[in-house]
Amino acid sequence: MARLNPENTELARELIGHYPRPKSALIPLLHLAQEQDGYVTDEAMVHIAELVGVTPAEVLGTCTFYEMFKREPVGKYLVNICQGIACTIMGAEELIGHAEDALGIKVGSTTPDGTITLERAECQAACTEAPCLQVNYRYRYRVTDEDFDGLVAQLRSGALDAEIPPHGTLARRPYRQHMPADRRNGPGFIDGAGEPVWIKRHREAAEAQGSTS
Amino acid sequence: MTLNEVPLIVTGRLAAHDDAHTIARYEATDGYQGLRAALGHSPAEVTGIVKDASLLGRGGAGFPAGVKWGFCPPNVWPRYLVINGDESEPGTYKDRILMERDPHQVIEGILIAAYAIGCAQAFLYCRGEMALAHERLGAALNEAYAAGYVGKNILGTDYSIDIAFHWGAGAYIVGEETALIESLEGNRGMPRLKPPFFPAAKGLYLQPTVVNNVETMANLPWILRNGAEAFHALGAETSRGTRLFAVSGHVKNPGVHEVEFGVTTFRDLIYGKCGGIRGDRALKAFIPGGASSPWFFEEHLDLPLETKAVGDAGSMLGSGAIVVMDETTDVVKASRSLVRFFAEESCGKCTPCREGTTWMERILNRIIDGEGRPEDMNLLLDVCDNISPTITWPPKQTTICPLGPSAPPSVASVVRRFPEEFERYLGAKFEVTVPINGAAYLPKPAASATVPGGTES
Repeated sequence: MARLNPENTELARELIGHYPRPKSALIPLLHLAQEQDGYVTDEAMVHIAELVGVTPAEVLGTCTFYEMFKREPVGKYLVNICQGIACTIMGAEELIGHAEDALGIKVGSTTPDGTITLERAECQAACTEAPCLQVNYRYRYRVTDEDFDGLVAQLRSGALDAEIPPHGTLARRPYRQHMPADRRNGPGFIDGAGEPVWIKRHREAAEAQGSTS
Repeated sequence: MTLNEVPLIVTGRLAAHDDAHTIARYEATDGYQGLRAALGHSPAEVTGIVKDASLLGRGGAGFPAGVKWGFCPPNVWPRYLVINGDESEPGTYKDRILMERDPHQVIEGILIAAYAIGCAQAFLYCRGEMALAHERLGAALNEAYAAGYVGKNILGTDYSIDIAFHWGAGAYIVGEETALIESLEGNRGMPRLKPPFFPAAKGLYLQPTVVNNVETMANLPWILRNGAEAFHALGAETSRGTRLFAVSGHVKNPGVHEVEFGVTTFRDLIYGKCGGIRGDRALKAFIPGGASSPWFFEEHLDLPLETKAVGDAGSMLGSGAIVVMDETTDVVKASRSLVRFFAEESCGKCTPCREGTTWMERILNRIIDGEGRPEDMNLLLDVCDNISPTITWPPKQTTICPLGPSAPPSVASVVRRFPEEFERYLGAKFEVTVPINGAAYLPKPAASATVPGGTES
């Protein structure tokens, strides 16, 4: 529970290398910290600040703006029930009420066994599938009370472990972008940037044609 | 009511194939042929093709894509391309489908756009909450790099560009293009003042930057393969090609439909494609273009899904989000849901939005909880008027970005159309003294005076 481990530090350096300026990697790096520890620890933010070359306060400033970053531990599964307009008129409030009853907790809290944290969420872009929810940002569509109870039982039994990684992991490792060294062009740095070669070639060709006609 | 048979420009592949997200399927179904076609043209010619096609941006504002590309000042380098996949407007569900189920089509569109604009790098900014889209886009980019479509010397030419996959962390405001840029720089996602920070002039790292929507990119491969004329032949007026509309709420078959832009009507979608209202109940209202748009009613059903026609009727098509409400809907609670969204998502930079949306939500909560006072209605409208003076459409702005001024339209719609629903909560009549303007904020027409397809004059 602390700084990024060596493997994640390596991945962090790779991510920083995707951008012309290191600070652009801040949000992906905060996600990496959350993937490692389940939430964003102070130590991880200090480490990220060192990697990116900003102050820890700047990392905190960015971290606190975004809803997905948790500053304290949450359950293994974060269940977000959508309260957007389409879900609201299709029964989201009733579903949230059922979830509170079924889990024995209020929205914003975690079950005593540390398995499930329940939250309300704004529109999840699944409006035609209302009411919907996400478990660690994996969708469940047209959720009935019975569906919800079944989902909770499956989460508790581990039946969904293969599909739904613990809170913090978004793209699983095999599906992350890796730019191959022999194929990548390199970040579009500002310093020394000129007209791209293909733009220059076509411009000069057009000018040559213009001068001969 | 028959809909024209039109090619499915952006959803054809994913509708036909469950494995449309793989490069094997993509290449077997015309994949990357639009990029090859583009590389056979000069960048200026590609921009011309997109202009001739009259492709409007699909993010919500509906600005012509080719024209937007031309706003970068000449001879200022580097230029960047940022793709907005931060789809989060309530009711909107279209970009996620394209990113999850046909990611190579988005990537190919980015490659075509960056070639035409002359970009040094492209960034694909996906909403943080979409884990499957992250995996599909990450895997697709890895495939596309390995196959030589992205990176250095693309398809053996001198065109080189990296596409960096980037993802957010939960903030609707980041869908606003200058806030998106702030976020991509690693900052809190607060909008920048325009001027001077028009992205085309002072965008990412204060360099010329084009910000385009995911669906806009997804149209480009088809346009390059089939030509501007074929695209322009579809649709009407300023609205060409096809467009994705998500129809949600109280219809029998909610769904995302790609239909001919400009000619298909709301009735075609709601009563045709979506099978009508659940339980064959009566329609009460529908939201034509996302949480920000003034509501429409039965008399608007025969309007075409055309940017100008919907604008003239007093609302907007916005992000293609149609939310249908039947006669059982509590429109006061529905309106509260929309206001709560803006209150939650205000970034806090501008006072009218930060304070105003919060007050609106509190007043509505009080009314719904049975604690409301008749004078709350004018208080609510007065707050609306402070956020967006004269409560008109399009909304007047008091703020850096349009988020705050997007909150009043739903309230204005309900107050004008369904005052009795507020009266039921208040247990008393009220008289509105704060004026509401705007063509669509209309009271209920007299029973005999329903004019299909038009607004009351």
